[in-house]
Amino acid sequence: MSEITYLGAIREGLFEEMERDKNVFCLGEDIGAYGGAFKVTEGLMAKYGEQRVIDTPISEAAIIGAAAGAAHMGMRPVCEMQFIDFISTGYDMLTNYVATARYRAMLPCPMVVRGPSGGYVRGGPFHSQSPEAAFLHTPGLKIVYPATASDAKGLLKSAIRDDDCVLYFEHKYLYRRIKEEMPSGDHLTPIGKARIAREGKDVSIITYAATVWKALDAAEQVDKEDGLSVEVVDLRTLLPMDDDAITATVKKTNRVLIVHEDTRTGGVAGEITARINESAFEWLDAPILRVTAADVPLPYSPPLEDYVLPQTSDIVVALRKLAAY
Amino acid sequence: MARSGAAASRPANLTKDSARSHSGGSLSREQKLELYYYMRLTRSLEERLVNLYRQTKVVGGLFRSLGQEADAVGSAYALDRSKGDVLSPLIRNLGSMLVQGAKPNEIVKQYMAKGDSPTRGRELNIHYGDLERGFIGQISHLGDMVPVMAGVTLSFKLRKENRVGLVYVGDGATSTGAFHEGINFAAVQRCPLVVVVENNGYAYSTPLSKQTAAKQLVDKAIGYGIAGEQADGNDVIATYEVTKRAVDRARSGGGVTLIELITYRRKGHAEHDNQSYVPPGEIDRWASGNDPIDRYAKRLIGEGFDKKELDAVDVRVKDEIDRATDEAEASPMPDPTDALVGLYADPPVVAPLWFREGIKSAVDVHERPSSWGTHDV
Repeated sequence: MSEITYLGAIREGLFEEMERDKNVFCLGEDIGAYGGAFKVTEGLMAKYGEQRVIDTPISEAAIIGAAAGAAHMGMRPVCEMQFIDFISTGYDMLTNYVATARYRAMLPCPMVVRGPSGGYVRGGPFHSQSPEAAFLHTPGLKIVYPATASDAKGLLKSAIRDDDCVLYFEHKYLYRRIKEEMPSGDHLTPIGKARIAREGKDVSIITYAATVWKALDAAEQVDKEDGLSVEVVDLRTLLPMDDDAITATVKKTNRVLIVHEDTRTGGVAGEITARINESAFEWLDAPILRVTAADVPLPYSPPLEDYVLPQTSDIVVALRKLAAY
Repeated sequence: MARSGAAASRPANLTKDSARSHSGGSLSREQKLELYYYMRLTRSLEERLVNLYRQTKVVGGLFRSLGQEADAVGSAYALDRSKGDVLSPLIRNLGSMLVQGAKPNEIVKQYMAKGDSPTRGRELNIHYGDLERGFIGQISHLGDMVPVMAGVTLSFKLRKENRVGLVYVGDGATSTGAFHEGINFAAVQRCPLVVVVENNGYAYSTPLSKQTAAKQLVDKAIGYGIAGEQADGNDVIATYEVTKRAVDRARSGGGVTLIELITYRRKGHAEHDNQSYVPPGEIDRWASGNDPIDRYAKRLIGEGFDKKELDAVDVRVKDEIDRATDEAEASPMPDPTDALVGLYADPPVVAPLWFREGIKSAVDVHERPSSWGTHDV
């Protein structure tokens, strides 16, 4: 088997689930004949036709709302947001309608909302967003955000089979920059389970998505330059969060750095910090630190974007501070 | 009607009213030449941006309005800058911004992400505005500027100012909730607002037939209880006249008008888009038979303008763009820490995060991949 990209892995997951279950269908803007803005759905319409690969008007609220309705009736829709920045236009449907449907009305919403997320691509304020924290605060949704190609495929397939709504964020910086051979067979990555991306004993980095790779680079650097052994935990799923994996790494290294690309205030790192305080405070030898984006909209110009987003060098600074504490 | 080669998916023929001949009688000779200047400036400026894009000097994507210059220029020209009219463009409306006083050097600097661009490197392409000159920058979320312009024109009404607003949307944006809510609210309030629906046949790859089941977009006006007119968007005089009627209506208390301008997007959504979804021959038919600048130049010659006058405009345009490019190329990139300035009025600066204290620049050169830019992602 040959290696495929992160983007190719998402596409392969879509093809396999469309093939496996005739209730799976896709809807989104320009996903059919054009194959999507990033070509994730390329070839899907040619194989499964216009009934199951639907080009929609520019109407995110209608895409998400209609997916919910179809999901109530037993379908398993996969919605594409052309850029995840546009999910805000469907925020009402997702948070008020979809997230509450099972709880308040026993209406299932087995649906996926996926789309290209994240920065480091000079996309400016409306093509670079990391919206996960906005939904982390909404009970009733699940959130996954893969960092590797095999998880991109495995999590998508699990998300499609999940009986609730899963927000599946895919990082556009990783689309064509990482490659991996896919595990054989019906490859599923469990939702709610983190992954140890690198074993270590001195400091833990808890992160997800594109910053997993920056964390690994930083870990390598401090291993070489400082002799520090850094463990990197890739959360993979943000909701429900893998508390066991978080607690285990805290107990192992006693020092924690949380890294994410999203802005700082109200971000995922704050939630993780609170959970560690509750579950493993006495195991900490140092305060928990965060490396995140600055609290500003993401600017376009390279020097500005580089300044705002977390970089490998920032993680190195933080690791050294923690190790020296 | 010189509408050759319309796509099968396009709406039926223009309404009778909009197919009548357009004399441009109210326009002076100088104004007619000025319309030509703005259309030529739009096209040549975008052509220069293509060159810069190919030299990887444009950081993000590049958006063209080739073949749509007349609708942007003619409609904006119907506003009265001396009265303080305000417009909000969409991505194919560079021409409208130039009419309102946007400068070529600003546009080039925006695309090149320069520190002295109007948004100081924060926003891309033509996403910027200037309230003094009367244009408000769009965001990427389509339709959002309709409610915003409803509010802008509501303020004109509340303050009893004699001003008019104009907002552009594409055929695609008419599918958004924001468009519906904004135009409906403006209609109820009888705001002095003109909504120009620029129907160029495609939203990214999506043809009009997959965007709406309406026969023509102008029909939407009926549902909102507002005036609706349709015109040939590739005829700059027709575009000017239909918009002028709507502007006059708005200024005299007649409320909102929806104008559908029929045009055609000859380039892809952005420069990377290869237009594989366009039926063969369609683009060529529009280019050869219905180019708005060719049509207008022919018309001007027919009205007695000397070709030398038009050539002189072309020379002036090239000179302006050359100077704009030189200035933009010499401009500095933003200082990294400027990213922390201006989020709020108070405090004016956000404090740097602890790991960036005292650090001027975040990234070593080696950390930056060679293939930066959104087009290769």
